[in-house]
Amino acid sequence: MSALEVGDVVAEKTYALTRDSLVRYAGASGDFNPIHYRDDFAQSVGLDGVLAHGMLTMGFAVQPVVEWLGGDSGKVLDYQSKFTRPVPVDAAAGAEVVVVAKVGAIDDDGLRIDLTVTFDGATVLGKAQVRVASPA
Amino acid sequence: MPVNPDIQGRSYPATAPYLVGREKVREFARAVLSTSPLNLDPEAARAAGYPDVVAPPTFATVVQDATLQQLLADPDAAIDFTRVVHGDQRFTFTRPIVAGDELTATLTVTSVKSLGGHSLVTAESSIADGTGAHVVTATSTLVVRGEE
Repeated sequence: MSALEVGDVVAEKTYALTRDSLVRYAGASGDFNPIHYRDDFAQSVGLDGVLAHGMLTMGFAVQPVVEWLGGDSGKVLDYQSKFTRPVPVDAAAGAEVVVVAKVGAIDDDGLRIDLTVTFDGATVLGKAQVRVASPA
Repeated sequence: MPVNPDIQGRSYPATAPYLVGREKVREFARAVLSTSPLNLDPEAARAAGYPDVVAPPTFATVVQDATLQQLLADPDAAIDFTRVVHGDQRFTFTRPIVAGDELTATLTVTSVKSLGGHSLVTAESSIADGTGAHVVTATSTLVVRGEE
């Protein structure tokens, strides 16, 4: 903890999403918007195909930080994100999403961890910040 | 039709209690690719000082949802659901949600703005436990796209 500095990478992980991931999240969350599991519906509203739920991406993007906290998700005090770009999930190839978690700020109350979340080289979440209590 | 700016400051009645089930937490944890034993194993959660499995941070969205449905169903708000895009999301915790919690949520519209033909509606849902104590506030900004 004392050795941490702003800019340090505390966690990094790649997630391989498939259509199964989206169906599972739809059931778990209750978000059954068909743009997340039906290509024909997604195309009818002008998309190329099915997209991941923004809340699914926000949901797993914090997990590398939780793992770094020793699995104690109760140490997450505040978590915010903007949904800046959708993640298309191909029926065959799926989608790989990369999460990099860096120390953004350190103060008396704990840390701010900034997440960089990318698909195909482009950022999909904006201002994704996790306030955590001291991990020690 | 644009969103009614007069809904700024409006609150909706508290939702019916949502009982957080252990298996629901585990199902949600698996769906967000959690590997944390505290999310999945009651014994591990108890060993860490929690009464039962701990919900992943974004689980609050499940409880918040009923409040957003109230807002979207309010004819006076005039929010066309088919034009809504989720702009941003925030969770601010007093404590994590754990299985066994009985939660109610109260939504307040904190801001309605116009931006380039779109409306931005920010709604804050305060989630409290059975004793009335605050657990988490879930805040969403909905972008309601204007007519083309």
